Amino acid sequence: MAYDPANPMSDRISDIGPRYYSDFHPPVIKANKGKWLWHEITQPGVLVHKSETGDECWTVRVGAARLISIELIREMCDIADKHCEGFFRFTTRNNVEFMVDSKAKVQPLLDDLASRGNKFPVGGTGAGVTNIVHTQGWVHCHTPATDASGVVKAVMDELFDYFTSMTLPAQVRIALACCLNMCGAVHASDIAILGVHRKPPMIDHKRITGVCELPLAISACPLGAVKPAKATVNGEEVKTVTVNAERCMFCGNCYTMCPAMPLADPEGDGIAILVGGKVSNSRTAPKFSKLVIPFLPNTPPRWPETVAAVKGILEAYAKDARKYERVGEWAERIGWEKFFEKCDIPFTIKSIDDYRLAYDTWRTTTQFKYTSHVK
Amino acid sequence: MAKHETPLLDELEKGPWPSFVTDIKRQAEKKPECWDILGQVELSYKERITHWKHGGIVGVFGYGGGIVGRYSDMPKRFPGVEHFHTVRLAQPASKYYTTKHLRDICDLWEKYGSGMTNMHGSTGDIIMLGCRTEALEPFFYELTHNIQQDLGGSGSNLRTPANCLGQSRCEWACYDTEEACHHLTMHYQDEIHRPAFPYKFKFKFSGCPNDCVAAIARSDVAVIGTWRDNIRIDQAAVKEYVAGNIPGNGGAHAGRDWGKFDIQKEVIALCPTECMWMEGGELKIDDSECTRCMHCINVMPKALRPGADQGATICCGAKAPILDGAQFATLIVPFMKASADNEFEELIEFIEKIWDWWMEVGKNRERVGETMQRIGLPTFIKVMDLEPIPQHIKEPRSNPYVFWQEEEVEGGFERDVDEFRARHAA
Repeated sequence: MAYDPANPMSDRISDIGPRYYSDFHPPVIKANKGKWLWHEITQPGVLVHKSETGDECWTVRVGAARLISIELIREMCDIADKHCEGFFRFTTRNNVEFMVDSKAKVQPLLDDLASRGNKFPVGGTGAGVTNIVHTQGWVHCHTPATDASGVVKAVMDELFDYFTSMTLPAQVRIALACCLNMCGAVHASDIAILGVHRKPPMIDHKRITGVCELPLAISACPLGAVKPAKATVNGEEVKTVTVNAERCMFCGNCYTMCPAMPLADPEGDGIAILVGGKVSNSRTAPKFSKLVIPFLPNTPPRWPETVAAVKGILEAYAKDARKYERVGEWAERIGWEKFFEKCDIPFTIKSIDDYRLAYDTWRTTTQFKYTSHVK
Repeated sequence: MAKHETPLLDELEKGPWPSFVTDIKRQAEKKPECWDILGQVELSYKERITHWKHGGIVGVFGYGGGIVGRYSDMPKRFPGVEHFHTVRLAQPASKYYTTKHLRDICDLWEKYGSGMTNMHGSTGDIIMLGCRTEALEPFFYELTHNIQQDLGGSGSNLRTPANCLGQSRCEWACYDTEEACHHLTMHYQDEIHRPAFPYKFKFKFSGCPNDCVAAIARSDVAVIGTWRDNIRIDQAAVKEYVAGNIPGNGGAHAGRDWGKFDIQKEVIALCPTECMWMEGGELKIDDSECTRCMHCINVMPKALRPGADQGATICCGAKAPILDGAQFATLIVPFMKASADNEFEELIEFIEKIWDWWMEVGKNRERVGETMQRIGLPTFIKVMDLEPIPQHIKEPRSNPYVFWQEEEVEGGFERDVDEFRARHAA
């Protein structure tokens, strides 16, 4: 049977969901689910999990670009067929995990991975930098303020030694979202790379009535900057909108609702850096990432300013933080004024919140540290 | 043979990290449309702006989600990416695969799509990146008929649920995250495939408070494993840690010389509730003071384990900043048994109570966390038929502006001003 375009609904199957996970478990996982006792990272990128049955699962973690071809997936399948009984998995951070059931099988797997050029870097465990979670950028998205895969590649090239080692005070989670929609949910990352727009939307009066529901475009603006208006197109009056640029915070939500309000721009767009977020409840509560660098330009192909900013923060943290301290815990202990000083990041008024709930971030105590900021 | 010059992208073939550019070039040898991906992205690198058009509604019959329309704004120059729609496939819980299944997907994508993918998208789906409109129906037909695989969610739907790998390979998972994720995914196929909500809705399942799937940061209903009895201690293993015979933190800090393991400094002093101490060579924990942050268990995985009376904490309303600012999920149910034995009945009832309310009062494109904030946590707690408890808040309110209800106040709100004036001259 094959699809019949003349009769598309015939013989249709729908709502069957994903495949059942248990059918995809490697034998050692299937036999020991719920029986694991402890784990240990024996070297960067290699973990052993010990079961109460005495079984061991050895995992080799490998970094990958999130954007990958079916040719590369097939190569991963070849590796898994050869070493892992035809099973492997992906992590939530776009790493690949090859699992074997004995220590003796680890080295041949590592040797095989190493023989394939730089396609399968082993690492991403423990107190290091693991893979960057990210979004689509210029490869596939209509609203990005920067690319995603290229920035990530440039940053990971520079931080590569931190991926293959475990020398940091704690794990450092880096994430990139190419616009404020944050499909990559970078709002709780140790270091977040965020694409930002800085020019208000243009209004395409010629198209707006045809492609937009004006009330939706107007209500899309959280600050009431989009108002109904009239314009003349080819001598005819049309209903349209106007944008109060003074009120615009460049979130792009109007463009999401209305294709006739594009805001991307080569000069206007770039990258902001936020730091100090975490998801885990370990020691301290989850934290949001905080904006410390409001803008860096888009400088493809390798974004040197962004790469240097991320590396600078990472190295200041590596040098100064205590064992187990995440970036945000370190910044809070030393104080944000010290954070800016130690990272050599100029403090700007853009880091002072003036949006909703902003007051929660203002300092309402006489306790502060004297840094170079106090003249 | 390259179709376009890509001097800027070629720079990204250098360096130790795997190169997506090299990978796309490799794919282009078999799927020539990939040269046009490179061509268009090179142009974006030169001009520093995207060349993808806004939206375009495409899909397969009967589904309102799972496919995201995408078109090039330079189709003449890059005909290979004129249509470049995303197809989201529902990933299996925990993202384990057989090579057979992945090869089947690859073969199908070679036949109908560009050959490029994301493994995986931010929400967790397998992302097939780039195909033409006319390929969608035949692709979907073969996907469902030949490899028994369905689409994931997009739009104002329940998005494809995701989980940490849980008990399948982690000793800390306090419930079966993959069974919970799979069960609810199957239970709510209609909600995943057909938009009926004010906006997107996400479930995420983490096995313990380390929250490896970031449930508390990005899901409308975060189910995070926890326990309510005592941390299980192996005192012999504690002694081994103290003696320095077992690497701390599961070996995670092995790359730097941090000195000899110091249980006082690395575990006891970092406990946020100061509920641990050493006594007679044994580690003691006052579990009634423990908030189950996981730090001590993370540091000494061979000596400490979560308690055995396990379940989950349910938090609601997380989201990224668009539009009112980022929100973490708020604790709503401190402890719920999350078990396949009763098919997650309690959790399902909880979720549907939220949906009934949110579908009625939620505004267009308002995440449930924003509705909660707009209408207030007290109302949400009432809607959920829950008793308000101090665990719902960080601290009591510091303003006195309570919305008293008429029935709560003796004598009600109706009063006679003439009678008042008779006793109180103006």
